[in-house]
Amino acid sequence: MTALRNVAAIVQKEWHHYFGSPIAWVALFVWTLLFGIFFYFGITFFLEMSMRASQQAMQYGGPTRLSLNEMLIRPVIQNMAVVALFIAPMLTMRLFAEEKRQGTLELLATSPLSDLQVVIGKFLSASGLYLLMILAGLVNVALMWTYTENPPEWAPIVTGALGLLLLGGSFLAMGTFVSTLTRNQIVAGILSFCLFLGMWTLGWADSPTAGPVMKAVSYLGVTSHLEDLAKGVLDLKDIVFYLSVIIFGLFLAHQSIESQRWRA
Amino acid sequence: MIEVESLTKRYGRATAVDGVSFRVEKGEILGFLGPNGAGKTTTMRILTCYLPPTGGTARVGGYDVFEQPMEVRRRVGYLPETPPLYPDMEVEEYLGFCAKIKGVAPKERRSRIGDAMEKTRVGDVRSTLIGKLSKGYRQRVGLAQAILHNPDVLILDEPTAGLDPKQIIETRELIRGLGGDHTVILSTHILPEVSMTCGRVVIINNGRVVAEDSPENLTRRLAGAGTLRLEIRGDESAVLEAVRGVAGVLAAHVRGGHDGAVIVDVEAEAGTDVRADLARAVVGGGHGLLGLEQHGMSLEEIFLHLTTTDETEATGAAEGEGGMPS
Repeated sequence: MTALRNVAAIVQKEWHHYFGSPIAWVALFVWTLLFGIFFYFGITFFLEMSMRASQQAMQYGGPTRLSLNEMLIRPVIQNMAVVALFIAPMLTMRLFAEEKRQGTLELLATSPLSDLQVVIGKFLSASGLYLLMILAGLVNVALMWTYTENPPEWAPIVTGALGLLLLGGSFLAMGTFVSTLTRNQIVAGILSFCLFLGMWTLGWADSPTAGPVMKAVSYLGVTSHLEDLAKGVLDLKDIVFYLSVIIFGLFLAHQSIESQRWRA
Repeated sequence: MIEVESLTKRYGRATAVDGVSFRVEKGEILGFLGPNGAGKTTTMRILTCYLPPTGGTARVGGYDVFEQPMEVRRRVGYLPETPPLYPDMEVEEYLGFCAKIKGVAPKERRSRIGDAMEKTRVGDVRSTLIGKLSKGYRQRVGLAQAILHNPDVLILDEPTAGLDPKQIIETRELIRGLGGDHTVILSTHILPEVSMTCGRVVIINNGRVVAEDSPENLTRRLAGAGTLRLEIRGDESAVLEAVRGVAGVLAAHVRGGHDGAVIVDVEAEAGTDVRADLARAVVGGGHGLLGLEQHGMSLEEIFLHLTTTDETEATGAAEGEGGMPS
């Protein structure tokens, strides 16, 4: 009960920092703008393709309708994953670095709340903002229900959004950890971005000719698990993978904060 | 209330705190005196559960800082050297956050915050961004944060550092008022501060306790010691002769001079007040006495006094380079 209250207090405080500074607004603006642009171009492309498909169907027969999910929403979600790669460091870089620089970590560390509660509170606040960004982007998708006669299937949209959330969550957990390592936000931001990029490129190890080692490496890549979710396939192993990365990141952050106390 | 026993803290090879022991009774105000780097902050950080000790034990209200840190933290209010403030928060908002993480019950929050703001006189800036406050206000907001949850024990690391003289007096009064209900440990490197606020003083140097006494005893032991600075109009050698002739004067040196006046530093035997005799001798010798002021001892001198058994011998050796740091 008190644990929950402590975490809630940290979340609230972090949201105050996010929205009291330009960070949250810039992140929301960039995210929704890019989501809108990708979505707009996606729709234009889709219309063109379906026109061509219907012409083809008239001449040679075949399917007349293309899938909105496959042609429009899936690429948009995959594009937004790239945007998440760039925006996540912005959300996590100051989480601990700023507390260390200001000396406020001393306040948190001498108040009756545990380091783990602080770590979880900070992670949840970043994730909450990120969730808000995803929901704001999904407004584009929701509008399709009002304007199309054949709306897309909703299930793949939900799993896609979930995938995007989990992928971003993995970044945010790792970024929380990186932020504990330095008192300089910029350093934390750059290091996080490099780490995220590394997590991303591991997925590239996969190829039809890859051996078992490379397969294992690619399994650790964050993008390989997004594909199924974006397709609408809810596979437990992908969920477990992302949750493990998140827990691992929070574990590292907690260990880092604890050990700095012993060394400092 | 606070029991510290042979507390030791090592950072790698350096030893910051080396076998420190002391006790503080309930309601007492203890001054923690020492030069910068003496181990004051480290000791305080251990008492507030920020750092784990390398050796020894520390108990606050009967709870061990290492074994039961959460119980200790609930009972301790801590003002670090730099007040832990969020510049992008308003004062009241910040105190609201502090109340939450310090476990103040939701029903009491409003009254506790109001109370703390009143005691530290920050009510008039309650809706100002902390980043826009002056140093004095920040210090007081930090103090408000420390007393917010009505802790049994208050640990204040240099609470008057960076304040102007009026604010220093106000803060000292506030701290004095907090004694009785709260047990207070405050650190400082200013000697008069201790004598004005504290019931007892622990002097710490190089991580060790060098003396533990009441400020009265401490000042008595140091009475008269230190240097007097005289400004005298007259011939240099004649002035020196007159001054050196006074009983109780150990040494006199010329510090400088201007416009026909000489500035002389006089070192007197500890425990004697030679000011009246000095004035008489100077005036009696036909010189003009323009000024006579007591220069307090620098901390270096105090440490020499306290660590040297023969006090009268120490005076000569302890030629300080300045007055009291204040």
